[in-house]
Amino acid sequence: MTENIKFVQGNEACVEGALYAGLDFFAGYPITPSTEVAEQMSVQLPKIGGSFLQMEDEIASLCAIIGASLTGHKVMTATSGPGFSLMQEALGYAVMAEIPCVIVNVQRGGPSTGNPTHVAQGDVNQARWGTHGDHAIVALTASNHQDVFAVTVEAFNIAETYRTPVILLFDEVIGHMRERLVIPEPGEIPLVERLRTSVKEGVDYHPYLPREDGRLPMSDFGSVHRYNVTGLYHDMWGFPSDNPKIVHGLSRHLMDKIENNAHQIAMVKEYYLEDAEQILISYGASARSALHVVVSRRNRGEQLGLLELQTLWPFPAEIVRDRCRNARSVTVVEMNKGQILEQVKHAVEAPERVFLANRVDGVLINPTDIRNFLRVIQGRGI
Amino acid sequence: MAVKDFLRERFFPHLWCPGCGHGTVLNGLVRAIEELGIRKSDIVMVSGIGCSSRISGYLDFHTLHTIHGRALAFATGVKMSRPKLNLIVPMGDGDALAIGGNHFIHACRRNIDITAIVMNNRIYGMTGGQYSPLSGYGAAATTAPYSNIDHTFDVVELSKAAGATFVARTTSYHPKEITKYIKKAIQHKGFSVVEIMSQCPTYFGRKNKIGGAVEMLEYMKDQTTPIDSKAKAENPDLIERGIFVEKELPEYCEEYEKVIERAKGGA
Repeated sequence: MTENIKFVQGNEACVEGALYAGLDFFAGYPITPSTEVAEQMSVQLPKIGGSFLQMEDEIASLCAIIGASLTGHKVMTATSGPGFSLMQEALGYAVMAEIPCVIVNVQRGGPSTGNPTHVAQGDVNQARWGTHGDHAIVALTASNHQDVFAVTVEAFNIAETYRTPVILLFDEVIGHMRERLVIPEPGEIPLVERLRTSVKEGVDYHPYLPREDGRLPMSDFGSVHRYNVTGLYHDMWGFPSDNPKIVHGLSRHLMDKIENNAHQIAMVKEYYLEDAEQILISYGASARSALHVVVSRRNRGEQLGLLELQTLWPFPAEIVRDRCRNARSVTVVEMNKGQILEQVKHAVEAPERVFLANRVDGVLINPTDIRNFLRVIQGRGI
Repeated sequence: MAVKDFLRERFFPHLWCPGCGHGTVLNGLVRAIEELGIRKSDIVMVSGIGCSSRISGYLDFHTLHTIHGRALAFATGVKMSRPKLNLIVPMGDGDALAIGGNHFIHACRRNIDITAIVMNNRIYGMTGGQYSPLSGYGAAATTAPYSNIDHTFDVVELSKAAGATFVARTTSYHPKEITKYIKKAIQHKGFSVVEIMSQCPTYFGRKNKIGGAVEMLEYMKDQTTPIDSKAKAENPDLIERGIFVEKELPEYCEEYEKVIERAKGGA
């Protein structure tokens, strides 16, 4: 069988991954640099009988996909910084009501309108804490189109497994760059389908009562079980409650179902870490430049390694701590003022050996930039 | 099926104040659905935030109690993903037309087959009596202590202009009209709006010295009149009740089916 090879933008790779995962409902609003996701969805979805909606804003887009998820569909929206800001309240709703959905944020420079057509990675902490209140969140990223495809599929799998919104935090370079993508055969990547309740009609169904394994079987709106969904704290029937025991229990459940499974959700890629004295930690487009530096230095005999993060939240602290244990220095390469740097410092045993190599001017951090940072870190001057 | 079979007794007592008009809306709504004979599992009720929005929880349908102002956006997703379901979206005046105003006009424009019920009591009740976009010039509210300078929307005119294909108005003094108009709105294929003027004696009535529930109901009786009545001709200030728009235009989900056909046909 011939391989299904495409030459696509990262935004298209994301669309291909979503369709592979079984997405059949998308709602969105045009915004640079994510617009191609919506455009491609408008082309592809009607062909498979799926729904594409262009809503009046990003708020409505996320609300609409939450509604469609409740009828049993795999759903997604895509946006960029300002739109992601608008989505934060509905994102919290999806957390609270435990609605599987995927939200793509192709990052651009911020705050505000910022630097719309240029790259940045400044929304890492917004993805973690953008919506109000204590909560857990899942955010994934990727540095090449094959991985964009794979993490998009994984985002849907995680959304279904844990009944949670999952954020795909790409960036402008990944979104707009074109490269080769091999579409896997059906079945090549396992898919997690909606877990539906086996409770029969007429028997009391508890939409918010977790099973022993922590999962909550759902019932599609329109089928036999009629229940309430709310953004208020609620009991196992979905009825609002301010009973302190129920509030505490639900709050803990919403955190625990993600944090206790952080090791399952953690995805990293490791390059030359076995004997690395200097470790670079990076993600997204920055990781491409970081990998270039690592490979070229290895060719000169220097013991450099790269830990590429694909799961940003929950932060894979255990993996970072373990891999960095013997490193003389750890340098976080990212396009913000150190949002992952802070996490790495918290995770490792020797935070004084953690440094930042960054760019925040809308230009992709390149290998020369990283090499210059390393010279300073190594005390070899500028 | 009896009216009580539509209620979730587990959810009661309700949180509405004594004398609130929202219970009359609930009553009229349930009777409309009972008379239409729609299966409970074929109805999805989506609401936002506010006193009015609690109506969804009390009813034994698929119920989605969402965030402030966005009920119609959630409902659009439910309807598009499962067009055979009946979507009913009860909203307060602030919910529908302040924070939710943009979603409201765009839902009208799309003509998606959803029934919007605007329970207009001209005040933010749940937060304690602040002025809404429907309070009107000169009204008193906790955030308008020196008299309101905001002018009101006319829900009917706004819905018409935005493209709703069924628009009606009545009041909580006229429960039979509530049932009649909601029935017609649900049966209507396309986006339907029913404005129901409702009384909030706790805040609007008290702040504006109209009196209690009885006086407010008297006020709605006296200040409204059927469309094109003689009374309206004599007193143009009267608010008209009745069906203002009822027309057939292509419905959004049906139009989308044509998109699918075109995409599959490669046209």
